[in-house]
Amino acid sequence: MSEHLVPGHHHHRHVPPLYGVMAEFENPTDLVAAARRVYSLGYRRINGYSPYPIEELSEAIGFTHTSLPLIVFIGGVLGGLAGFFMQYWIEVIDYPLNVGGKPYNSWPAFIPITFEMTVLCAAFSAVLGMLVLNKLPQPYHPVFNVPNFAMATRDRFFLAVEANDPKFNHAEVIDLLKSLNALEVNDVEV
Amino acid sequence: MDEAQKPYTEGPMHSTAPVIDPGLTFASVTDKISSIVLKRKTSLAWFFGFAISFALFQLMLLAMTNLLFVGIGLWGVNVPVAWGIDILNFVWWIGIGHAGTLISAILLLLRQRWRTSINRFAEAMTLFAVAQAGMYPIFHLGRPWLMYWLFPYPNTMGIWPQFRSPLMWDVFAVSTYATVSAMFWFVGLIPDFATLRDRARSKPFQILYGMLAMGWRGSARHWHRYEMAYLLLAGLATPLVLSVHTIVSFDFAVGIIPGWHATIFPPYFVAGAIYAGFAMVLLLTIPLRRFYGLEGFITMRHMHNMAKVMLATGLIVGYGYIMEAFFGWYSGNKYERFMIWNRMHGPYHLYYWALILCNIITPQFLWIKKVRSNLLWLWIISFIVSIGMWLERFVIVVTSLHRDYLPSSWGMYQPTVWDWSMFIGTIGFFFTLLFLFIRFLPMISIFEMRTILPEAEVEE
Repeated sequence: MSEHLVPGHHHHRHVPPLYGVMAEFENPTDLVAAARRVYSLGYRRINGYSPYPIEELSEAIGFTHTSLPLIVFIGGVLGGLAGFFMQYWIEVIDYPLNVGGKPYNSWPAFIPITFEMTVLCAAFSAVLGMLVLNKLPQPYHPVFNVPNFAMATRDRFFLAVEANDPKFNHAEVIDLLKSLNALEVNDVEV
Repeated sequence: MDEAQKPYTEGPMHSTAPVIDPGLTFASVTDKISSIVLKRKTSLAWFFGFAISFALFQLMLLAMTNLLFVGIGLWGVNVPVAWGIDILNFVWWIGIGHAGTLISAILLLLRQRWRTSINRFAEAMTLFAVAQAGMYPIFHLGRPWLMYWLFPYPNTMGIWPQFRSPLMWDVFAVSTYATVSAMFWFVGLIPDFATLRDRARSKPFQILYGMLAMGWRGSARHWHRYEMAYLLLAGLATPLVLSVHTIVSFDFAVGIIPGWHATIFPPYFVAGAIYAGFAMVLLLTIPLRRFYGLEGFITMRHMHNMAKVMLATGLIVGYGYIMEAFFGWYSGNKYERFMIWNRMHGPYHLYYWALILCNIITPQFLWIKKVRSNLLWLWIISFIVSIGMWLERFVIVVTSLHRDYLPSSWGMYQPTVWDWSMFIGTIGFFFTLLFLFIRFLPMISIFEMRTILPEAEVEE
């Protein structure tokens, strides 16, 4: 059980452990500007929250790479190979059947199913890969404790600086966020 | 004044017309769409429509139960016409589904922003149409309870499916299509489930939408991967949708029956599918936008664009008919020539000429801007095209089969009351699902609508 020392107090006070500090913004422009500023000051454990995807925002917090395309590519290749060799193994090795005198390995006839299996496995990789990388489903997350965070799915924009950032200093972060046109700055309890 | 009645004279139409009412904001878009699900009192009209659909759905269950007891002899199919309106309904339904994928995937890749307000609805239509389509081949099997034999699974009989058959390709194509469409639809819904979770007032709905949202919180990292996944899914769904109707056309084209054995079938089937699908989207969205007051989201620009897609694909389909007739003559093959002559003058010639009237002549009115701007006419044309596409499949399936090479094996086909019950029943099931969808899920993608608002731009 961790204890947190609130700066400015002279004695220990029992407060809930902190996940970070969250600022609320009125529009995407303010949020992106704030995120850029916070990032340029060296904070890295930061995250933005918005009601719709904002390309500039993920760039502003330094998140530009995802391995999802690679996962999908591998999924598709494996699906295609599995699709083809399933048919090959069945039609040539395990259950060879003469159909209209066609060769056992009638590979052109195996292409449609090979294609469908490629798409199916790639699509599963895309959906499951996205969910796993995003660690979803995740019913509980500290940011939901922030009052007004329900507005993140309507018309409000949020920026969180997380307490595990090496540069994190509670009072400094609050002052910084307040100086960035935030409507409100709140502590995020774990 | 409702914009439907406004004559389309103000301002240039086409690319500069708004895809969304300029007065809308993040808040109003969110509240308006989510309130249809969460707050709006369920209207009497909804219950009325749902009741009718649900009653017809019972007819489908009755027809299926009877079929399971009695057997396939209940239907009018028999040699030589072993594929009757049941297979034609399969093709008709799956074709309707294709417009949804076209709108959600292909138009996304082509950066057509106007797709945003109709893609959710069109995807739902896809899913529900594919559900209807999938039932027909299964119940056509004769012993539908053994349908799992179609899948390659290790079994004690020591046998495997025969993968050189287009019917096996169809199993994989349709099941992949249904699965990918469902995933695409669900992924698109996740952020909107979160919106509903945060707006819902009652506990059960908060829990329900909360579970479906899976803890979505709009994190920038999540959005980044989400957008990538969505784009990749669109890229996968695009060739998939083309492959599905291509493979459906292979069901026919690989057979050696005159009227089926044609290389033009894949592109001609795909165009026909999109044609029928857009007709169905128009058929459904015209009353829906009026009823739910969604004219600010689904604007006249959408109607114009969909009408133009319908016209373009209709012309491709018309080209297909002309080429079928041309090759029938040019091949010099007497069976091919007879097939075309038989379509035009044989016992089913009325179906053929009705098809030409519905699918080639009717859409020509869409060249006229006044017709495209008149929602009533647009609806009527869409309805006629839907019938026309059904007739097209009738002509392909039935007239090709009933007169093949040997006159001794010629025959006639008449659908029975149970064929029709099944067809009307699936229409009921389709609308039952649609009514439930518009009542419990946001029929317009809320988060994507936010992205096309002017205030969504980040000012530098």
